[in-house]
Amino acid sequence: MIDKQVKAAEDAVADIPDGATIMIGGFGSSGIPLQLIEALRCHGASDLTVISNNAGVAEEGIASLLRDGLVKKIVCSFPRSAGSIWFEKRFEEGSVELELVPQGTLSERIRIAGAGIGGFLTPTGYGTRLAEGKETRIIDGKGYVLEMPLHADFALVRAEYADPWGNLTYNTAGRNFNPMMAAAAKTTIAEVGAVVDIGELHPEHVITPGIFVDRVVAEEKCDVAA
Amino acid sequence: MLRLNPDEMAQRVAQDIPDGAYVNLGIGMPTKVANYVSADKQVIYHSENGILGVGPAPAPGEENPNLINAGKQYVTLLPGGCYFDNAESFGMMRGGHLDIAVLGAFQVSSRGDIANWATNNDKFPPAVGGAMDLAVGARQLFVVMRHTTRDNEPKILDECTYPLTGTGVVRRIFTDLAVLDVTTDGLQVVELFGDNTFADVQALTGTRLLPPV
Repeated sequence: MIDKQVKAAEDAVADIPDGATIMIGGFGSSGIPLQLIEALRCHGASDLTVISNNAGVAEEGIASLLRDGLVKKIVCSFPRSAGSIWFEKRFEEGSVELELVPQGTLSERIRIAGAGIGGFLTPTGYGTRLAEGKETRIIDGKGYVLEMPLHADFALVRAEYADPWGNLTYNTAGRNFNPMMAAAAKTTIAEVGAVVDIGELHPEHVITPGIFVDRVVAEEKCDVAA
Repeated sequence: MLRLNPDEMAQRVAQDIPDGAYVNLGIGMPTKVANYVSADKQVIYHSENGILGVGPAPAPGEENPNLINAGKQYVTLLPGGCYFDNAESFGMMRGGHLDIAVLGAFQVSSRGDIANWATNNDKFPPAVGGAMDLAVGARQLFVVMRHTTRDNEPKILDECTYPLTGTGVVRRIFTDLAVLDVTTDGLQVVELFGDNTFADVQALTGTRLLPPV
């Protein structure tokens, strides 16, 4: 019987070592595995390389990892959102390295890593500072930049529903980077709103097939009555 | 001299969005364009995070934190709209499937280069997001921006001095003073707002303009 469920978020992230490369799903406030990130922060692995579209805002998510000094490098497209105080502070003091990647190049580099492709030529960034030092080619008169796959040791993703096999469905635009990241990492941990029985997810609605998912953690609902 | 305010500029851009277009609006002033597209046009808005058919802001209490636009504002989905992942969303851009993208900019050059993601201040972290993909991928790129900086320095120049977002990609520039087209002969003024004269606009521009025909 395949059952990828892990009861507690802290157990799901317990084997993430110092120096790991971790993909974290989400875009702005949408589709972020907040409970897994909090478990990772408490676990305390450091010198992390984080791959994510944003760098977190206020004290939440990736911002909390930056605040606690656990991140040595961030690979992202848009680190500077309103309220990204911890990224800005760490960047200014030079304690975090930034690899800035155009958003479509970021998602495609992640996608091809999961799909076994060795690189791709994109017109995005050609002739700009973000293409400096990269191979280029002219095809039919148009300039392209060679971009390489982005792999990771772990992916932390957020989905709406999972079944015990790790099949995932998403909530609206909460999908964003999560499906590509699930496929690109050696170990993928999914935080989900709820786990349903095998057969309950409509096969036409599954966005991330369970083959890409190693562990499933159901979100812990906050009790209003304490 | 007449200087349009940001809402008036968005209103002017909206006039040039045709019925049936698939459109991506950048964050900031471009997002306002949707407020002014007339109701008799059906325009389908794309949001880079993975939405086609973006609708207006939700009623208070109806917000879904997952359902946001590129500017991280709460939005809704119109009937007929759909969701997809970020790689597919950017494939739509690079693949030339979007009719129009509207972006803000720090600077635009006479050849249609655009600079809108970084300044030359190393302490200020750069943020590119989807701007470079939109710049190369949309069939038509519109820029909406003030004609000058707050200190009246020109933003339309022979060459951009800030890092480029894309080269030779801008089709039309909507400023608070005028509308300009990027042509093979140079920057052509196509409309002057109010009583603004060609000489007024030329004086606030860092490159030679072609007068309206």
